[in-house]
Amino acid sequence: MSTLAATLAAVDPVPWARGQMAFTLAFHIILVPLGVSWAFFTLIANYRALKHDDRDALLLAQRWSKYMAVTFAVGAVTGTVLSFEFGLLWPRFMGQWGEAFGIPFLFEGIFFFTEAIFITIYIFGWRRLRPWTHFWTGVPIVLAGIFGSASVVAANAWMNAPTGFTLDSSGTIVDVDPWRVIFNDAMPLQAAHMIIAAYIVGGFLVASVYATGMLRGRRDRYHRVGFIIAFSVAAAMTPVQLVVGDALARWVYDNQPAKFAAIELVPETASDVPETLLGRLNDDGTVSGGFAIPGLASWLSDPSSGRDTVVQGLDAFPADERPTTRQVNIVHLSWDVMVGLGTLLFLLSVWYGLVWAVRRRMPRSKWFLRAAAASGVLAVITMEAGWVVTEVGRQPWIVYGHMKVEDAATSNTGVWIMFVAVVLLYTALGVTTVLVLRGMSRRWRRGDCFTDDDAPYGPRAPAGRAPDEQEVAP
Amino acid sequence: MSTAVAIVLMVAIVAYAVFAGADFGAGFWDLVAGGAGRGARPRAVIEHSIGPVWEANHVWLIFVFAVLWTSFSQAYASITLTLFVPLAIAALGIVLRGAGFAFRKSVQRVEYRRVFGAAFALSSVIVPYALGSIAGAIASGRVPAGGRAGDPVSSWVNPTSILGGVLAVAAVAYLAAAYLVWDARRLSDAAMAAYFRRRAVAAAAAVAVIAAVGVFVLRADAEYVFDGLTGRALPLVILSVACGIGALVLLVRDAARGGRLLAVGAVASIVAAWGVAQWPYLLPESLKVSAAAAPDATLITVLVVVGLAALVVLPGFVLLYVLDQRGLLPEESS
Ligand code: HDD
Ligand code: HEM
Ligand code: HEM
Repeated sequence: MSTLAATLAAVDPVPWARGQMAFTLAFHIILVPLGVSWAFFTLIANYRALKHDDRDALLLAQRWSKYMAVTFAVGAVTGTVLSFEFGLLWPRFMGQWGEAFGIPFLFEGIFFFTEAIFITIYIFGWRRLRPWTHFWTGVPIVLAGIFGSASVVAANAWMNAPTGFTLDSSGTIVDVDPWRVIFNDAMPLQAAHMIIAAYIVGGFLVASVYATGMLRGRRDRYHRVGFIIAFSVAAAMTPVQLVVGDALARWVYDNQPAKFAAIELVPETASDVPETLLGRLNDDGTVSGGFAIPGLASWLSDPSSGRDTVVQGLDAFPADERPTTRQVNIVHLSWDVMVGLGTLLFLLSVWYGLVWAVRRRMPRSKWFLRAAAASGVLAVITMEAGWVVTEVGRQPWIVYGHMKVEDAATSNTGVWIMFVAVVLLYTALGVTTVLVLRGMSRRWRRGDCFTDDDAPYGPRAPAGRAPDEQEVAP
Repeated sequence: MSTAVAIVLMVAIVAYAVFAGADFGAGFWDLVAGGAGRGARPRAVIEHSIGPVWEANHVWLIFVFAVLWTSFSQAYASITLTLFVPLAIAALGIVLRGAGFAFRKSVQRVEYRRVFGAAFALSSVIVPYALGSIAGAIASGRVPAGGRAGDPVSSWVNPTSILGGVLAVAAVAYLAAAYLVWDARRLSDAAMAAYFRRRAVAAAAAVAVIAAVGVFVLRADAEYVFDGLTGRALPLVILSVACGIGALVLLVRDAARGGRLLAVGAVASIVAAWGVAQWPYLLPESLKVSAAAAPDATLITVLVVVGLAALVVLPGFVLLYVLDQRGLLPEESS
């Protein structure tokens, strides 16, 4: 017993803390795109409904606002856990840097609160407000989602490009420039990239549900309209994302050369560096496997000097200031996944655009619908991969150039217990979320009745009706 | 400047106690409402009374964290290092509760509703207890300054923390019962109004007993705060007691209005009294607010954000409130 206690007391908290942070963030980030972009799709449907007296669009808008409330509520609790975790897992990080790093989260609070309030108003408003007034109460949801993500990503970008503070000789923050903290050098591109990603992921996710429905034979107008609204927005965003991503990669080349070397799998500093697809780095610094496209990495890093561009390799950094071999391989693989899937999603969008341009209608072929049905999950994977590039590529730094992860973590050895509990709880949460959303959709397909008191944030149930009695309704 | 931010912090804590407290308390009454048959009617009232922005109430807590980690980051590090266990329990409890909330309204089958309802109700009790014990740990000076860890167990398993936890559960139950009486009346459900009135009175009695015991606990275990409560913060304590008694009288006499407001006043002023009692310390007797504070620019940002929040969030809140009230007009609720 006492040996067991001793073994448990000796558990290193750092890997568990990392694992928990990564797991909870990776979970939360799936809900984020829905919270950010679904309101926008809903408003498009709402606008169509009002402008063209479109019954299908109206039904879509009403239902989407309900689904949105469920995913928003799950997003809210998982986000709340994240803010606990900053302190629970990284107390030393927050103790030293909270005065700067914490600032964006103050603004985040305003935006998310606004979002929550207006989601409620919007759901309340279906039967209580005049139609156009009601439409306008949806607009703040869209804006708050965008500004809210921009604030959070500003905090993440600050970890990549920490600015806006003055340190004294002992390393304590003595002065802060909030403006520079929020608008740090990495923030504009990273925030743009994430917000666009939110629209891409949200759009493909929603569209994939309707694509699946069409594959199962539900090819009515309702499904088409639902598909077209979501898919068109996502498709329009894909080319923009490629341009922004390219700019972001060049920012990394200029500012985080070790991460860039990991992304491009460059062991030694050189010019005329090939772009290696797949492949892996070995501990002795050689690269094996993969396909090398000669000179492309150099050329992409700075087209003006072309293949002569020098790319710093991993050997340019001391071993304790760059990612480990394993981390390099993770970063590189994730990079290939993000860029590869991003390109595929772009091609799918081109297909869709071409058919519209030629036939003035959406593509109807089975293969297109199959691809579209897969696009939601693929987009989520793309986004997760992008985050892994950012986060693992920054290793071993938590604050780039200033603080390492192992100096930031908690000393509590019980972290692994919380980690296990969190994984169990989140798994249940994820499964239930999907089941509940499916249940809502089945119910609506059967009954087609519209009540607005069955969504979280929705109005209270009418007086005197016990919840159980609702069961009798068809 | 640090004083202004400390006041903001206190206001946010009070807001969380009052808004989220009423929700947690509703969960408590849900838990003790009995089996599916007997508990159906009170649960219907509870379901009905649950505030519209509900889980968003946690934004107050997040805001408390954000203010702590920006403005008093070293103290924040000490708190999270020392009180890892109750904070972790509170975090997990909030997930359970939020999920129960999100899903219960959206599923129709009775069994499912029961599972989500149980998750929701149980965590409604655990979370206030954990948060109350954290308050007790801080008040009794068990969190050291300087980003160091205190004792991982005795920091929150001690007389003051237990007092804090139990008092928190009782206080939110009282608060919620006072709300529920009012809601039952709005539904013109006289039987339920009486049901919750009895419970409100019982909860008030429980709070009174716990508080009376608490006086001795604090005197023995948390001297600094005890001195503050009987000295500087005495007016607030008296105000709280007066509100509590007033609310009780109104409840017993079944008065039409005022009971709810006084109950809120009682809880708000006792939480504020705690803050005043430990002034000027953030962590009693080891860290003063002024010494803990971040550079001025950060503190100014906090105050600016508060101003912006008032401009941006308040109008929305008012609109929501108005709609909520309007939505309950009887002719609409069919
Ligand atoms: C649907 C989503 C999606 C798509 C199609 C792409 N990305 Fe991306 N990428 C993200 C979603 C994402 C992300 C998950 O949102 C990240 C993580 C952090 C961030 O701000 O954005 C990201 C990060 C990220 C980074 C790391 C930035 C850093 O470490 O600071 C680079 C260099 C790129 N991306 C580049 C690209 C390129 C060249 C793409 C073109 C094919 C691309 N991304 C497509
Ligand atoms: C605003 C957003 C985010 C912030 C502020 C943030 C912050 C952090 C922090 C503080 C750590 C621990 C220290 C470290 O290992 O560097 C971390 C690690 C990590 N995060 Fe993020 N993160 C964010 C978004 C994400 C997302 C969306 C993912 C999704 C996959 C993610 C994946 C990871 C991973 C994999 C690690 C562990 C890296 C390692 O230790 O190897 N992060 N993040
Ligand atoms: C470490 C990182 C993060 C923390 C501490 C965090 C915190 C939170 C919190 C507390 C909430 C709940 C707000 C409420 O109750 O209304 C929330 C929800 C949300 N978060 Fe995060 N978050 C993080 C990462 C991210 C990232 C990377 C993004 C986007 C880029 C993001 C975007 C959102 C959005 C849009 C919501 C609204 C709820 C939803 O749509 O699901 N968050 N987050």
